[in-house]
Amino acid sequence: MTFVRSIIIGVVTMLVQAPSFAAGPELSGSVGAELRWFPDSPQFLNQLRHFQPSLIAEPEFRWRLDNGDQVTVTPYLQLDGQDGERSHFDLREAYWRHFGENWDLLIGVNKVYWGVAESRHLVDIINQVDSVVDVDEEDRLGQPMISLSTQLDWGRVELFVLPGFRERTFAGPDGRPRFALNVDDDNPIYESGAEEKHVDFAVRYSHYIGDWDIGAHVFHGTGREPRFSISSNGQQLIPNYDLVTQVGIDLQYTREAWLWKFEALVREGQGKTFAAMVGGFEYTWYQITQGAADLGLLVEYLRDDRDDDPTAAPATIFQNDLFLGARLALNDIQDTSVLLGGIIDLDSQSTLLLIEAERRLADQWTIEIETRLFLNVKDDPLLSNFSEDNFINLNLGRHF
Amino acid sequence: MKTNEHYNRLLRHFAQGALFAALILTGASTVAADEKASAEQHGYEIAARSDRTDRGFGDAKVDLTMILRNRAGKESSRSLSISTLEIEDENFGDKSVIIFETPADIRGTALLSHAKILEPDDQWLFLPALKRIKRISSVNKSGPFVGSEFAFEDFTTQELNKYSYRYVSEEACGDLMCDVVERTPLYEYSGYTRQLSWVDQRDFQVRKVEFYDRRGDLLKTLVLMDYRQYEDRYWRPHRLSMVNHRTGKETDLIYSDFLFGTGLTDKDFVKGKLSQLR
Repeated sequence: MTFVRSIIIGVVTMLVQAPSFAAGPELSGSVGAELRWFPDSPQFLNQLRHFQPSLIAEPEFRWRLDNGDQVTVTPYLQLDGQDGERSHFDLREAYWRHFGENWDLLIGVNKVYWGVAESRHLVDIINQVDSVVDVDEEDRLGQPMISLSTQLDWGRVELFVLPGFRERTFAGPDGRPRFALNVDDDNPIYESGAEEKHVDFAVRYSHYIGDWDIGAHVFHGTGREPRFSISSNGQQLIPNYDLVTQVGIDLQYTREAWLWKFEALVREGQGKTFAAMVGGFEYTWYQITQGAADLGLLVEYLRDDRDDDPTAAPATIFQNDLFLGARLALNDIQDTSVLLGGIIDLDSQSTLLLIEAERRLADQWTIEIETRLFLNVKDDPLLSNFSEDNFINLNLGRHF
Repeated sequence: MKTNEHYNRLLRHFAQGALFAALILTGASTVAADEKASAEQHGYEIAARSDRTDRGFGDAKVDLTMILRNRAGKESSRSLSISTLEIEDENFGDKSVIIFETPADIRGTALLSHAKILEPDDQWLFLPALKRIKRISSVNKSGPFVGSEFAFEDFTTQELNKYSYRYVSEEACGDLMCDVVERTPLYEYSGYTRQLSWVDQRDFQVRKVEFYDRRGDLLKTLVLMDYRQYEDRYWRPHRLSMVNHRTGKETDLIYSDFLFGTGLTDKDFVKGKLSQLR
């Protein structure tokens, strides 16, 4: 009840005090140009052929009110030269945060990150995946929320009330990679009668004790992962969003140069109740060269026991997989780093290989080269759609 | 029997001699040990006196510009701000948050440290693009801090009990007289076998530090300048210059005015706060 009272007090305080803006916004952010090159010809009709240019703007406007409140607006705008669905606008953040004595209240749109693993962002269920930006599920749509956090001696407790569901983005008919059939994202099917207006809830607990960082969460609401049904004309995929209840934990044990990581969840509502996990380690050799470069080794095992039937549960590529990665950080003035990783399916040996290299060019410029290779995927029901979609992405960013 | 007696006498004589020699040796080593102990004691006292001048500052905030200069003189800079919370118990280190303002591509990146004395610090990194808070390993003490000539261990708070001390000599340092104190890191993973620090005799502040690498060679020299006093008590240098003798590279730190008593508490130095800093 304390939380409810705090929320009420918080909202009333925010409304009554109506603090004035101390100063105009601090403007920062980035604009970028990227070019994607697909060396292979497309598998499906209408798909773009080899080159996909895009322009991206992500400015950040931040106000600090004279009572310490924070107002942040971070729009995201992408204009794509090939795929109309990839040209899109989103508010990654648009919130007002008020700080109380031992709590803070956020109203608006925000992004939240909980996980510890590198290969899969398993426990992160607050934000929908913006899958047209990249296939690694790291880009997320802003989620409308009222969120109350309190820092107690025994950890941090956060409550989330999530009104307004965000649909996953999908590549259009011109886009790559995509499924054989196009996704009709204008007519999704919701299990909840309230459809996208269903109000979801989540509670998160996190703390650290010595070398351990621990987190746990409960979520109830519309699951972010859709399964697909075929449209009546048989020409399109219709996203189906089910109501789910999810309980999950995330742990990290940090000792010497070792980071041991573990995320797990149990989810009810998409076919049979299932468990999923990702766990492993990151070990770093520091200063392997005179120039003080670090080399990290990443090993993670992934398991997901959901229904194999894609009409019962959303399809996943992470049933029984091994992630192996290496990260080289040069620790130079340009912050040069290279990540090489592969997610290998232990049943079918299909492999998703990724290379990410980045470097600062000058004070305000960065260059990033990303490669996604879908290897040996002919027999994988999901990844076979992407068998011709190996690509290299070159991104030039200007930060201000 | 006579032979025996002679032998016994010889033996006794020899034993007496050995005892005498042993006494001399013991005496000498006691004197040496006393001198060593007193040099250690004196060195510790100088360091402790310097440390005490800073006791009770509570919390502080400061903005800082790092200027990185390569051998050819080409410069690049980083700006950051640091908040520090003093932990009065000498068995624990202070807590700090470092937030980067530039280069623009890492703006908002933040590092939270709970310093320990001999154990590796607890550290969390906030990555603003993902809004991810990641606990990181802190054993990389001798690694470069954001590509600068400062190692992590040079940059984290200087706690008294992280080192053992030995008084070396007295030397002029600029207009002042300085005590030269050798300090040896007691914590693991240090890149240094020892450091020589110059502590002035007027304000008891560190004016210069020489860093000796694992082979015992002089690696870097740090000069601390433009000391200003706050609240009639706390001295802070506003310009630090680190020169790496091996690479010829340099890093300058230029501090803004320090703000003390800003009302920071323990709850501002928890990992959950990292995503709410700006």
